Amino acid sequence: MEPSSNIIEVNDLRTSFFTEEAEVKAVDGVSFSVPSGKTLGIVGESGSGKSITSLSIMRLIQEPGQIVGGEINFKSDNLLDKSESEMRRIRGNEISMIFQEPMTSLNPVFTVGDQISEAYRIHQGLSKKQALQKSLEMLELVGIPSPKDRLKRYPHELSGGMRQRVMIAIALACKPELLIADEPTTALDVTIQAQILRLINNLQDELGMSVVLITHDLGVVAETCDYVAVMYAGKIVEYADVQTLFESPKHPYTVGLLSSLPRHDIDQEELQVIKGMVPSPTNMPEGCRFAPRCPFATDLCKEQLPTLDDLEDGNQVRCWVYSDKWDGDPEVNVKDDYGTATSS
Amino acid sequence: MLVFVLRRILQTIPVIFGVTILVFLMIHLIPGDPAQIIAGEAASDAQVQQMRDRLGLNDHLLVQYGRFLGDIMQFDLGNSIRSGNPVSAEIGSRFWVTFELAFFSTLLSIFIGIIAGVISATKRHTFLDTSIMVIALFGLSMPNFWLGLMLIQYFALPPLQWFPVSGWGSIEHMVLPVITLGTAGAAIIARMTRSSMLEVINQDYIRTARAKGVKEQIVTYKHALRNALIPVVTVVGLQFGTLLGGTVLTETVFSINGLGRLVIDSINARDFPIVQGTVLVIALLFVLVNFLVDISYRFLNKRIELD
Amino acid sequence: MTTELLQVHNLKQYFPIKGGIFGRKINDVKAVDDITFAINEGETLSIVGESGCGKSTTGRAILRLDEPTSGEVTFDGEDLLSLNKKEMQKKRKDLQIIFQDPYASINPRQTVRQVLNEAMEIQNVLPKEERYDRMIELLETVGLGPDKLDRFPHEFSGGQRQRIGIARALAVDPKMIVCDESVSALDVSVQAQVLNLLQKLQKDLNLTYLFISHDLGVVRHISDRVLVMYLGKIVEIADKKSLFDNPKHPYTKTLLSAIPVPDPNAKKEQIVLKGDVPSPIDPPTGCRFHTRCPFATDRCKEEVPELRQNENLMGEQHQAACHYIEEIESGEMQPKY
Repeated sequence: MEPSSNIIEVNDLRTSFFTEEAEVKAVDGVSFSVPSGKTLGIVGESGSGKSITSLSIMRLIQEPGQIVGGEINFKSDNLLDKSESEMRRIRGNEISMIFQEPMTSLNPVFTVGDQISEAYRIHQGLSKKQALQKSLEMLELVGIPSPKDRLKRYPHELSGGMRQRVMIAIALACKPELLIADEPTTALDVTIQAQILRLINNLQDELGMSVVLITHDLGVVAETCDYVAVMYAGKIVEYADVQTLFESPKHPYTVGLLSSLPRHDIDQEELQVIKGMVPSPTNMPEGCRFAPRCPFATDLCKEQLPTLDDLEDGNQVRCWVYSDKWDGDPEVNVKDDYGTATSS
Repeated sequence: MLVFVLRRILQTIPVIFGVTILVFLMIHLIPGDPAQIIAGEAASDAQVQQMRDRLGLNDHLLVQYGRFLGDIMQFDLGNSIRSGNPVSAEIGSRFWVTFELAFFSTLLSIFIGIIAGVISATKRHTFLDTSIMVIALFGLSMPNFWLGLMLIQYFALPPLQWFPVSGWGSIEHMVLPVITLGTAGAAIIARMTRSSMLEVINQDYIRTARAKGVKEQIVTYKHALRNALIPVVTVVGLQFGTLLGGTVLTETVFSINGLGRLVIDSINARDFPIVQGTVLVIALLFVLVNFLVDISYRFLNKRIELD
Repeated sequence: MTTELLQVHNLKQYFPIKGGIFGRKINDVKAVDDITFAINEGETLSIVGESGCGKSTTGRAILRLDEPTSGEVTFDGEDLLSLNKKEMQKKRKDLQIIFQDPYASINPRQTVRQVLNEAMEIQNVLPKEERYDRMIELLETVGLGPDKLDRFPHEFSGGQRQRIGIARALAVDPKMIVCDESVSALDVSVQAQVLNLLQKLQKDLNLTYLFISHDLGVVRHISDRVLVMYLGKIVEIADKKSLFDNPKHPYTKTLLSAIPVPDPNAKKEQIVLKGDVPSPIDPPTGCRFHTRCPFATDRCKEEVPELRQNENLMGEQHQAACHYIEEIESGEMQPKY
């Protein structure tokens, strides 16, 4: 990957929440990049830090949270060095974001037209009339029927799917170069999810933007993403192109996640599970964070945190199995042996 | 919306009837013979009998109530015993004074309360926030007649003498009574605004506004405050309604000739038609204010229109 | 020989909408509109559908958590809707429910011991002195250690709380459990644990499940038979294999095609529907799916399709409510997108 072809590069990002008792490291040294025009999926379960990562890119972390370190290079500028007013010019203009809950993400006391127009008025200095005209075009673009009428409507008068389309219209109003979509379809029904994913995909092609898609749904990842970063307990454990990730997952957590997923398209025997649960953020394991749940874990895993290492195919994995220091069974194949290792 | 207004109007009808019944019964519930009381202790039996006839007290209670209602419909609340003037005229001349007093006090409450509440919420857990909330607690706990007396002591009497001690009419006259009456309301509204703002500021749509690149002040005053004020409107309305009937002490302290003093004076002089009329007017105003609050709440809160 | 444990006949659940100046009933939300089905003893029947299709309402109506508008619900030979409150309370011993939100369905001020004890107390299932042993056994059954007995709900994770919910349901030895989106709020890895647990319990205790879910992956995994609902009506019912491999109703086909598959090489034809689900207050006439169906004709607008089976095309237990099963199958009718 050429550095210049990446729209955004995140290096060693660390975001913590400070409570009276402790510092909770929600995002702990996350690095990834998004190639221009491509879609990166960040997958993980609740508490993995995927949403905090996306809010950190926008610099929208609220008290008591704080970005404590790292770099976010967007078009060769570090966003963490920007002033608040410089950041405001980027938000909603060059980088936009849509959120999980379309029902609550729109302001109930303003019309749809007002809310889309605001983006044009802030970033392009348009008059009220011009902004409304542009908003109308945007509503057409996101496929809202009778857009002229909807412009004057309040959010509660629209369905969930329609509201998410309005959110997309707001986000894409100023034709951003990067769209961050945080679980954009999780709250929607599957038939509506299909509409929204297709819409995002089409608009991405049309506007040539890059997308970071935060999701817990591996199906959505497989269908929409080019690259995938798997997060676990505040760290990326695997980064791969989507083909490789699903065909030959490397990290035991990725393997476990894929095999514990009930699928509607094939028959499965008993689901393979990942035993135990996600570690508490205030009490992280010393070594590899997945070690307490990993069927392959050795003493090395329990004592030392593995680094995110490059593999031959350009992908990355954070696991001792793939390093020279591996002290377990040298013949082990994480993907093939996961089932037997878990049940034993 | 129209259906809602009509339904709300229908709902006020029983309330209004209830009010008229209570006010009507007032004269019958006081101990002793109303005719005797009105005619005075020194009156002879014949005079009392005459008074009873004049008041129609010998008729059946229902007949009396019907007559009472009929009179109200024609804005006839009887005549004052002391002055002999129609009660409606007596109330009319005093009403605007009280209305002005209540109105400006509420305005002051809104102004101070909302600004203080917003500052408190945006600077939460800072020294400023704590100070505002402590002051608000004081404002809430202080009896207003005491506050009035203190204000007179420091600002109306020598050495400062900035404002007149009593009376009503000019802006100088208004300042101290309005502060006296508005302080508690400002405190209530400040606390209400603060908690409402804190709730709203964590909503998803506030995050959306920030993600859009909206300035923090605009996030606060446009996106958040508009939503946070919806519950505050109810408090403001009730505040105003309460003040219309709750100016008695303040009017007494500042010798203002408003409704409150009219009631007090009339009670002392046993001028029952006046007392009855004033209570009725205040109660009906309260019902009206409540009605308007409900309508405006409905109007502001677009979401509940769907139910 | 399979016996039907639960039979539902012409069940309707309407919720009145009050309006107008006098607050009279002006219309109904027809949440469940005349559905009939049965569940065999020891099987898992799933109800799937999108939000507002009436699947949860059906579960609640069967347990009489809401009083159904009309219809018949026969459980173990007894008509549930004719029981009085006390009799129904007793029946709940055999008919338990596990909700979606493990956070909301357990009293936060009760320890696990109190939660389980209360369940047993209400149904009076065991003498007091034997209850402790039973509680320990229950915790073990759902995979929690005996040391958890005196903990409060907030000390548990979502998955553990759902296990407590299961233990509470099992405490009274039920015959049937309604699982209302019971694993939907859980993360995938934990969801798999709970699903496996539910399956194991079914085998060990011969439980019958009515499994309500919007997640077709989960449904395929756990069900014997599947019932698909749309806007308060059953559109298709079949054994699992037929439903997933040989769906006949256009809505079922759409639903299945809309679910993203966790395999980037699975190139499937995705049918993307136009528009939203119509309101259940004024559902479309005729077939309720006709406003979004790519095959709809004038007949679909007028005539309500009955659930029916075509022996040549469908398995024995397979029924779908569509006028044009044959025409669509033969390719005689083509979708209009």
